[in-house]
Amino acid sequence: MLRYIVKRVLLMIPTLIAVSVIVFTIIQLPPGNYLESYIAELQAQGETVDQQKVDFLRQYYGLDKPLPQQYLRWAGGMLKGDFGYSFEFNMPVTKVVGDRMFLTIIISLVTVLFTWAIAFPIGIYSATHQYSWGDYGLSLLGFLGIAIPNFMLALIMMYVANVYFGTSIGGLMDPQYIGKPWTWDKLMSVLAHSWIPVVVIGTGGTAGMIRRLRANLLDELKKQYVVTARAKGLPPGKLLRKYPLRMALNFFVSDIGSLLPQIISGAEITAVVLSLPTTGPMLLAALKSQDMYLAGSFLMFLAVLIVIGVLVSDLALMALDPRIRLTGGISR
Amino acid sequence: MSADVLEPQVREPALAHYVSTEPFDPASAVTLTPEQERLYLASQWTLMWWKFKQHRVALVSGIILLLMYGSTLVSEILVPYNLQTRNTDFIYAPPQRVHVIRDGRLVAPFVYGLDKTLDLQNLRRVYSENLNEVRPLRFFCSGDPYRFWNLFDASFHLVCPDPRGTLFLLGTDRLGRDVLSRIVYGARISLTIGLIGIALSFTLALVFGGLAGYFGGWIDVVVQRMIEIIRSFPELPLWMALSAVLPVTWSPILVYFGITGILALLDWTGLARAVRSKLLALREEDYCTAARLMGARPRRIIARHLLPGFLSHLIASATLSIPGMILGETALSFLGIGLRPPITSWGVLLNEAQNMNVVALYPWLMLPVVPVIVVILAFNFFGDGLRDAADPYR
Repeated sequence: MLRYIVKRVLLMIPTLIAVSVIVFTIIQLPPGNYLESYIAELQAQGETVDQQKVDFLRQYYGLDKPLPQQYLRWAGGMLKGDFGYSFEFNMPVTKVVGDRMFLTIIISLVTVLFTWAIAFPIGIYSATHQYSWGDYGLSLLGFLGIAIPNFMLALIMMYVANVYFGTSIGGLMDPQYIGKPWTWDKLMSVLAHSWIPVVVIGTGGTAGMIRRLRANLLDELKKQYVVTARAKGLPPGKLLRKYPLRMALNFFVSDIGSLLPQIISGAEITAVVLSLPTTGPMLLAALKSQDMYLAGSFLMFLAVLIVIGVLVSDLALMALDPRIRLTGGISR
Repeated sequence: MSADVLEPQVREPALAHYVSTEPFDPASAVTLTPEQERLYLASQWTLMWWKFKQHRVALVSGIILLLMYGSTLVSEILVPYNLQTRNTDFIYAPPQRVHVIRDGRLVAPFVYGLDKTLDLQNLRRVYSENLNEVRPLRFFCSGDPYRFWNLFDASFHLVCPDPRGTLFLLGTDRLGRDVLSRIVYGARISLTIGLIGIALSFTLALVFGGLAGYFGGWIDVVVQRMIEIIRSFPELPLWMALSAVLPVTWSPILVYFGITGILALLDWTGLARAVRSKLLALREEDYCTAARLMGARPRRIIARHLLPGFLSHLIASATLSIPGMILGETALSFLGIGLRPPITSWGVLLNEAQNMNVVALYPWLMLPVVPVIVVILAFNFFGDGLRDAADPYR
């Protein structure tokens, strides 16, 4: 078992390295480097370029060095918690980002929990009552959840809240907590404000989850052990709880690998519309102004979040499923 | 050797029996009625079509999609205005209602003229219907001139406004352009981006999934790792990053193909996995071994023997991933880092409905989301029906 955990964690390392190489490639993609265009822009505006600052930045990123060295410098810095320097804001990325990454984690976590809480009972109901009116109705709702783009749902909810309740639903905490250190009250305030983004982000994922859970459970319900148990006279409720549901639970945990990227994608765009203080709006702003180091850090952070999420789900799966625990296989 | 074989066989006495003098026809026992013949000799595709027809929702969705794709061929004719026609007197005009009853009598469809007043307090234009100005719609008429398919000039429209009046069925935007016309034109871009994108990602999936599934070994490992790495990125942020680094100097049409490529580049992984797992299962089948023993080369085995076995299933899966691409393009353009005007897609139209004021004051600018939802739903139902029809075991 310990061997499996170690193996699984070690497997993460090449993935993370590959991810960081891709992110670094994207950072390098725009023609020329940001520094040059930055200087050109300043000169075009007739401002003097602070040679000292330019030298500092060039040194900081090793821009005069070959690419592999630049990469090593960048990746090594990230390991030490140094995410680079934002040209746009003129300060280290870590300072620019502030709470945003933490808030993104909170929102994503709450959304995963929300998705599970909604999808689990509905999926079970749909599977056990296949082709009933309830099943059809819920399926249709699920399809709508998939079809309505996140950002539209966010806009519509803002519109509804504005027209009918006269309130603005942007923001993620009471004003008095903005820029303050984290306290219990602040966390509670964030949680209280997070329900709208969570609902908006969660719908798409929940709908997909319900459909997958339903299909999975239906497959289980057709298996022979269910028939056997039924033939033995086990009451339906107990039968469901005892066998197929546990199999479905397995899938629930392992499915986080596809759920998490979806939620994080949704969270980014929803945050832009609702102007939440998470990574979304800033990622967009950074991309638009081609502040690539800032954007790259966000991208890297989100990817790491997903890789860790999958790791956690694999470990949880190991705890849940003796087959994995005993053979040491890898679930995904 | 056992004893009973050595013993002489006990023969039964010959029975009187009837021998037919007619020539023997080996197929006589299996002669099919025309009805049976139709069923048993139907090709795989015919069977799929019959099964698909039974799935009503999927059939209706298919027809809706067909109509929408058909409309992109003749967008110019269907709409009352051109894509870029500006009605500078009618900026942010609300949707006009079509009336058929006037003075209690049924008349040809008409709209009322619009009166504009400036609300100086809130600094916005207020439009109201002028009940004295009756502007009948004209059908099969001559209106805004356009160049049809870039081949010849024409000005034929299905419906046009009265020469003295306007016809904004879904209102106008900040430049006074008709929203309905722009939505119909936008379908061209939004719908084709899904098709071109899926063609690209389908090819990628076939190549990579096929290689991994058929050869296995280290190729499989490499492809699997590649897929895993791509999948550990959140799709949308990566799309955003890639489309943001498309050079600004590119022409809009180049950006269109760039965005399509980016969408396809991240989309093929799911399909490739399906191809791989199917191939892994199928290559162990006897008929595949037989082909290999007869000396068929891998390319022939994959293309002639393996692909037909699951191509139908694959097409169904591909159909199900088109909506993701359409949504992706819409999201990118909505954020302003996807397609750029003058190319008009539904996402580009929605870009105008980005802030709260617009949503509150001019809600009709959010209407382009309706076709998005319809198309996504239709593709989902259609793909579901296709998949069920393509599965011979259901």
